[in-house]
Amino acid sequence: MSFIKKEKDHEKLFTRRAVIIGGVQAGILGVLGTRLAWLQVSQGEKYRTLSDKNRINIKMLAPSRGQIVDRFGVPLAINSQNFRVLVVPEQARDLEQSLRSLQNHIEISEDQIQDVLKTAKKTAKFVPIEVKDDLEWEDVATIEVNLPDLPGLSTDSGERRLYPFGEATAHVIGYVGAVNKNEIGDDPVLSLPGFKIGKTGVEKRFDLEMRGKKGSAQVEVNVAGREVRELKTQGSHSGRRIELTLDGEFQRFTQSVLARERSASAVVMDAHTGAIYALASSPAFDPNLFTSGLPADVWEELLANPAHPLTNKAIAGQYPPASTFKMITALAGLQDGKINSKRVSHCTGRYEYGKDKFHCWKRGGHGWVGLSQALAVSCDTYFYELATEVGIDKIAETARMFGLGDKLGFELKEERPGLVPDKNWKLGHNGKVWRPGETIVASIGQGYLLATPLQLAVMTARLVNGGYAVKPWMTDGELATNELREGDKWPKMDINPAHLKKVKQGMDRAVNHEKGTAYGSRIENPDTAFGGKTGTGQVQRITMSQRLAGIKNEDLAWKQRHHALFVGYAPLKNPQYVCAVVVEHGVGGSKTAAPIARDLLSEVQKRNPRSQGLKG
Amino acid sequence: MNSAITLHSEQSLLYKIKHINWGLVALILAISGIGFAALYSAAGGNFSPWASKQMVRFGVGLVGMFAIALIDIKWWFRLVWPCYFLGLFLLVVVEIMGQVGMGAQRWINLGFMQLQPSEVMKVAVVMALARYFHAATVEDMRRIYFLIIPALIIMAPVSLVLLQPDLGTSLMIIMAGASMLFMAGASIWLFIIGGVAVLAAIPIAWHFMHDYQKQRVMTFLDPESDPLGAGYHITQSKIALGSGGIEGRGFLEGTQSRLNFLPEKQTDFIFTLWAEEQGLMGGLLLLFLFGLVFFYGALIAMRCRHHFGKYLALGLSVNFSLYVFINIAMVMGLIPVVGAPLPLISYGGTSMLATLIGFGLMMSCSIHHDSKVSR
Repeated sequence: MSFIKKEKDHEKLFTRRAVIIGGVQAGILGVLGTRLAWLQVSQGEKYRTLSDKNRINIKMLAPSRGQIVDRFGVPLAINSQNFRVLVVPEQARDLEQSLRSLQNHIEISEDQIQDVLKTAKKTAKFVPIEVKDDLEWEDVATIEVNLPDLPGLSTDSGERRLYPFGEATAHVIGYVGAVNKNEIGDDPVLSLPGFKIGKTGVEKRFDLEMRGKKGSAQVEVNVAGREVRELKTQGSHSGRRIELTLDGEFQRFTQSVLARERSASAVVMDAHTGAIYALASSPAFDPNLFTSGLPADVWEELLANPAHPLTNKAIAGQYPPASTFKMITALAGLQDGKINSKRVSHCTGRYEYGKDKFHCWKRGGHGWVGLSQALAVSCDTYFYELATEVGIDKIAETARMFGLGDKLGFELKEERPGLVPDKNWKLGHNGKVWRPGETIVASIGQGYLLATPLQLAVMTARLVNGGYAVKPWMTDGELATNELREGDKWPKMDINPAHLKKVKQGMDRAVNHEKGTAYGSRIENPDTAFGGKTGTGQVQRITMSQRLAGIKNEDLAWKQRHHALFVGYAPLKNPQYVCAVVVEHGVGGSKTAAPIARDLLSEVQKRNPRSQGLKG
Repeated sequence: MNSAITLHSEQSLLYKIKHINWGLVALILAISGIGFAALYSAAGGNFSPWASKQMVRFGVGLVGMFAIALIDIKWWFRLVWPCYFLGLFLLVVVEIMGQVGMGAQRWINLGFMQLQPSEVMKVAVVMALARYFHAATVEDMRRIYFLIIPALIIMAPVSLVLLQPDLGTSLMIIMAGASMLFMAGASIWLFIIGGVAVLAAIPIAWHFMHDYQKQRVMTFLDPESDPLGAGYHITQSKIALGSGGIEGRGFLEGTQSRLNFLPEKQTDFIFTLWAEEQGLMGGLLLLFLFGLVFFYGALIAMRCRHHFGKYLALGLSVNFSLYVFINIAMVMGLIPVVGAPLPLISYGGTSMLATLIGFGLMMSCSIHHDSKVSR
């Protein structure tokens, strides 16, 4: 009996305990079910997002940069296919290890590795970094095959900027380069690996227009970061194509002519429309080197070169206009009524004003000279005399009317304003009163006066086009800053045509009269003959001892020699083209600048770009 | 009454087959079927390499299960000690092989499969304890010295498994053993004191832990703190589960598993794969099926007329539930990642085999619930 009772108790105990166990099991199942529901329902949204973040990569698609073409559609800047290898630091568990493995397959310098490591520290871990570009197709194939051993690395085919004209368009077109930290703005496209933006020239000026709009692709990736499929793609919009008024071949010609000298620049422009046909500065550099990471030594060399190859001297070089300014002085006198066109001066080679003596460039003087003769032989005395009567303020006013002393609103941002001094300017500049002697110096384009070759070309155009205030431009349509619209004319300047005619006559004689300073550079064919004016700009004062010793300027060190200038137009009757040439330390305008101008004006008339291509 | 027992112990084969617990068999088939589907999905919609192999193993295991079920429970009762010591022996063999082979080894290669003795041992420990408690009275269970032998039965394999070292499995053997003590009637105080002792030991254990072990604990407490390192598994598993939502991403559509963000998707994290693709509905269905299995186990234990069968059936059921709980709690981030498979579903031979052996024994208890098992 007691055995049975015990057995029953035992049974009861077991049942009790079994029920407890069952209860615990049910409880745990309940906890698990609740947890599952919490994860999948309350937190479902959050985890769904995280899951999508895991699997979906948004890939930005780089837009194609707009091309730059010349007036005939000849490409000046294009994009060529560029194979690159990229790395995503997040996907490379050990970034350096991945790069070292890559070294086994393609050639990568230690510097490049260090650069990538440095960049990786500064940017977000998921942003791809360009390791190397401009790869050969074989390299790409090698990397592709070995990708499983190269975590985080991938190859892609991007675009690289190419400048078919190389050095010839280095300054005017400029170049593109990697985005600097302070250049990164709102445009997300700038953070694309290896994205380049315009740094100088047209590339910089119209960077936004040429940049285009990024596209994007949603790609599903697996845990290794490999793309499994594309989910959604929104294509990129390539940037705008920029047409320039330049004539590429003529630009190249200009560059080669300038290269005769150690440092020179030139502008060739349409006399009536202001369209630029060539704008060059020498020495130049190969912009193609800049797009793929310039070697440090090349960069150092460019910086150290005294001829400033990185500067576009045609628009940023500021020089005393020297005798090329004499047309302005003459016009100031004529307009003012202080002189008439028949006025003559007697040049003895020396001009005395008060206690100061001013020399004409020609020892012994020119004797009796009239206005056009004075321009032709570039007699200084004539203008000394004239200037003392007219005064600086009238001269400055005339100079500004002809485009000197301020920026011309040209497309390129490197443009500089030059300087036209007057009495007020001097007071503001150093608080001193203008001295009459300074007017005398200014009358022959020396002293404070500064002008860029672009300004000199504009001045010349306004002198010979019948008195229209042309401005220079390179692009048309909505991008233009100074475009002359079809059928329009530039505003007529308030100037007497007879006075312009007189000045033009002087410029004609300067080249085509046997006593003219540029007679040696004339073109004999009357159809293409040109007129112009030489200029020789003092870099430093000619000392009395030099004058007495008869030291020739070309015997001095390069840096101390005079700048040589020439402004010209062609053809003589009904001028179409104007040019301005500055040869830094070229000794004399007739010696170095005029021959260059002759070649440019001869060639541009031969090519006659104004008759074809882009209007203007 | 004696004649009745005699009659039942010599039941005809047909009678036994008729009395196989077909409901339980149906549950096992359903759960395993879910497993095959999940493995098929884990391979990206392929039977190879996992689902097909698993189906073959299941087929073999199922035959074994029926064979075990049809053998009278008293034979199993007699075979308890040989089984237990064979298991211990295999654990020692594995340990020695590991020493010789220079490295941790947990399995013996039988040619057609790799046998993990620790898996087999989990069943053997339950059998041994059931046999020991079979003869115990309520009073016996109150005596501390009576519990020394059960403690040895538990601790012998535990210490060998710890040497492997496999902390997770040793803890599971201890928990299974503790639940056996509980159902056999050991004093509640024993568990209360034991629990307090474990809690008290935590700070001491923390003090003696290696840095990497501490790191693991910290990662468990806050997996998001190291989402790419130690917390990667659990973070990805939670993302997969959560992203499944109520209805799931759809069969073969689970991106976390298909794109390999989910690690170990065919073994330890297979529940995650299932719940990512089938959502809360699929997850709860699986939990419900498991719950029914536990219920069947308890039912068999209650119906059993002999203590051995009661303890064995309930012990095996609890053991099975421990697997389920630990695995699912782990993939949900409720407990640390310990490396425990989900029975009947995770890819793996020994686990499948051990589970089906357990069910075979459970069914034998059910068929032979009236068998006379000597004391």
